[in-house]
Amino acid sequence: MSAHVEAHAHDDHGHHHKETFITKYIFSQDHKMIAKQYLITGLIMGIIGVVMSLMMRMQIAWPGEPNAFLQTFLGKWAPDGVMSADIYLALVTIHGTIMVFFVLTAGLSGTFSNLLIPLQIGARDMASGFLNMVSYWLFFVSCVIMVASFFVEAGPAAAGWTIYPPLSALPMAQGGSGLGMTLWLTSMAIFIASSALGSLNYVVTVLNLRTKGMSMTRLPLTIWTFFVTAIIGIVSFPVLLSAALLLIMDRSFGTSFFLSDIFIQGEVLHYQGGSPVLFEHLFWFLGHPEVYIVLLPALGITSEIIATNSRKPIFGYRAMIASVLAIAFLSTIVWGHHMFVSGMNPFLGSVFTFTTLLIAIPSAVKAFNYITTLWKGNLQLNPAMLFSIGLVSTFITGGLTGIILGDSALDINVHDTYFVVAHFHLVMGISALYGFFAGVYHWFPKMFGRMMNKNLGYVHFWITAVCAYGVFFPMHFIGMAGLPRRYYTNSAFPLFDDLSNVNVVITVFALVGGAFQIVFFYNFFSSIFYGKKAEQNPWKSNTLEWTTPVEHIHGNWPGAIPTVHRWAYDYSKPGHDDDFVPQDVPLKEGEEELQH
Amino acid sequence: MTALISILVLIFIFVAIWQMVKIFDLTQTGKSTENNQIANDNDNKVNGYLMIGFLIFIYAITIVCIAKYGDLPLLSNSASEHGPSVDRLMIISLLVIFFVQTVTQFLLHYFAFKYRGQKGRKALFFADNNKLEAIWTIIPVIVLAGLIIQGLFTWTSIMNVDEEADPMVVELYAQQFNWKARYAGADNALGKANVRLIDLDKANILGVDESDPNAQDDVIVTELHLPVGKPVLFKMRSQDVLHSAYMPHFRAQMNCVPGMITQFSFTPTKTTAEMREVPEIKDKVANINKIRTENSKELIANGEEALEPYEFDYLLLCNKICGTSHYNMQMKIIVETQEEFDAWMKEQKQFKNSLNL
Repeated sequence: MSAHVEAHAHDDHGHHHKETFITKYIFSQDHKMIAKQYLITGLIMGIIGVVMSLMMRMQIAWPGEPNAFLQTFLGKWAPDGVMSADIYLALVTIHGTIMVFFVLTAGLSGTFSNLLIPLQIGARDMASGFLNMVSYWLFFVSCVIMVASFFVEAGPAAAGWTIYPPLSALPMAQGGSGLGMTLWLTSMAIFIASSALGSLNYVVTVLNLRTKGMSMTRLPLTIWTFFVTAIIGIVSFPVLLSAALLLIMDRSFGTSFFLSDIFIQGEVLHYQGGSPVLFEHLFWFLGHPEVYIVLLPALGITSEIIATNSRKPIFGYRAMIASVLAIAFLSTIVWGHHMFVSGMNPFLGSVFTFTTLLIAIPSAVKAFNYITTLWKGNLQLNPAMLFSIGLVSTFITGGLTGIILGDSALDINVHDTYFVVAHFHLVMGISALYGFFAGVYHWFPKMFGRMMNKNLGYVHFWITAVCAYGVFFPMHFIGMAGLPRRYYTNSAFPLFDDLSNVNVVITVFALVGGAFQIVFFYNFFSSIFYGKKAEQNPWKSNTLEWTTPVEHIHGNWPGAIPTVHRWAYDYSKPGHDDDFVPQDVPLKEGEEELQH
Repeated sequence: MTALISILVLIFIFVAIWQMVKIFDLTQTGKSTENNQIANDNDNKVNGYLMIGFLIFIYAITIVCIAKYGDLPLLSNSASEHGPSVDRLMIISLLVIFFVQTVTQFLLHYFAFKYRGQKGRKALFFADNNKLEAIWTIIPVIVLAGLIIQGLFTWTSIMNVDEEADPMVVELYAQQFNWKARYAGADNALGKANVRLIDLDKANILGVDESDPNAQDDVIVTELHLPVGKPVLFKMRSQDVLHSAYMPHFRAQMNCVPGMITQFSFTPTKTTAEMREVPEIKDKVANINKIRTENSKELIANGEEALEPYEFDYLLLCNKICGTSHYNMQMKIIVETQEEFDAWMKEQKQFKNSLNL
């Protein structure tokens, strides 16, 4: 099989096809170029998402105070520099949508799955380069539609990223539920198609195109997490698509899947027999696995980077795979913990509490295994390594409060408060973002053939790390004081007046943290052109991507694809002079492969 | 204009970063021939120490937050019968979290400092240890089993409505953007209702079935009064979109869903008057009023009206995004003695008398 692939690949890539600008940079079918397209699109969407969050923070900290910045960027939505309640909810909604789907799903998975799957398993390209290209361009179109929704008359979708009906279904309930919501649903439907094409491609590639010797138990953990993530995506995204289609039917064709007994603006609507709770079930059947779609690739990237930079094998390779599989399985049977107070049967609440708290076990195993990997290592504290250690830190801090939210009895009281906001931002937002940054710093030399500036990387990490805790740690406490999320201003409740100074502190941390991302963007874009030329294997890593030449070529390896003789984590193995042994180095005489 | 200034500022920042990088690079020239964008011993040392600094920062922010905001209204002074059991579970969970957080963050950052890379040192080849992994699988299993069991008992006792205690039935009715409450009256049975029966001309705003005998003595109000010590069974309805009835002081919350009736039951244990006398609440109110007086000064200077002083009241808040004025969808709750409650109830109009015929 692989011999055939090699022969075939040689035919294809031995002679250079004439590539035009369009086939090389725009409608490229090369996985490395598609990875870069995903990366840059994801980063631009990231800037949009983060700027939105900063606008919201300004509103929360200084409600009603005129702000020239807001007036400039929001225009008619912020008359006299004070944002309107409607646009606040729209920002909440689109910020969530962009960050979860466009940045941390497509941006993160799309970049690193595309870049690393063929390179690390030893394949010339993805199983289908064409589908891969289509996947990216569908993603691009969905981004454009989502951003375009800011320019419609009644504003973009504003029902929260969870778009619960009836709020999202009835244009008379909210301005954003008109054309804005139509665009949101259209954008998401296209996004899901893109995600499905991408995921299928990843799964097929990992299963079929591994090079000789690359057994499943020799795969780097990055590939394992991308593989499992793709499977979760294939299982759960279609359910969201079905929910979106049913919602479109309710909105436009008069069906009653999610709507019943509604009296609004002086009239009774015809809907009867549907249930919003059904939508919640369908939404969270994707929504919760989505958390792991976001997080698992970041954990995989971290595993790889921590092992490489500790100069040590990742501790408990099999346990790491087992915990990823366990998390993936459990993630599909815990969605109800978002719905403890939705009105569903309390017995279901008990079941979901049980399954939810079980997830803490594989998560704990992962955290301890990371810490043990550091133990007695020879840590090379590169920026990528710092972000990986930072990820473990925020993963622990954010993950632990899940014990409270997953417990139905406690969730009654903190449900939909800022406690939730703090929890999920730390455990999936910041953690996944750190994984994203770690991956960019680590694989930048592979993507662009140049190094990023490490000192700017250090400045970026430390300020981001301090600000991330400064923003989200105190936020737990205002949540425990009972402050609900998604409030345009808290001034309607004197009860919360004593929290206003905390909110100012949080906003200041957010603004500083947000501003310092400029350092990253400067570093990223300037290094593409002026960075120091990279060596072939700058981090002295074992995985196959570093055996390819620095200059990208179609087909990845100029000659034959290397054969794999060992797992990816032979770092500091006794009996070797170097502290790393790449996967394509044959076993020495008498050397045994570790029974990992 | 602002846009132009923003762009200029951005360009200046880029130039500044570029200059700083250049200066730094110039000071580094000639020191080493190897790739200077990979961490060297000095970088490892500096960042190792910063790891310890960061660990201290995490501990410091934890201590500051607990000291300043740790006396949380949602951890003490609950005003319902099941409240203390929730608070106890919350405190146990927080202690577990606090302990695990302190230990694991220490190990993580301390290892990052202690084993920072040095040229020539070799890491320990340590890939697996079943015993260790078994330990940190089993310990979370035991701790979580404890938390799950206590959590489930608490949950079940909260959600099970004790019909024998003869709870007072009250309907909470949500609409964009206010709350109404409907009392069942002397028969303690709510009249049937559906939004299709809403008749604004007749002031039948909740769509109560006028022909239902149970409906005749129902009482519809905009301020929720509850007698202390008596179990209440709330039946929630919504007429338009999802809302959530959040009563933080009673550790109570349930969504209001159009097309279905949801429920939640609790027993208030402290009257509003009693709660206002609790020392922590008094402190909190005094603090809030100090802040309000400060803010008022500014308002008066701008020729606006001063803020009214704050007095403690139980509240029902909307806690599910429901549209423009979601942030201001509230209802006052007054817990009082049975006598006060009865007297208040007597003054209210019964449904049959409230219609415009």
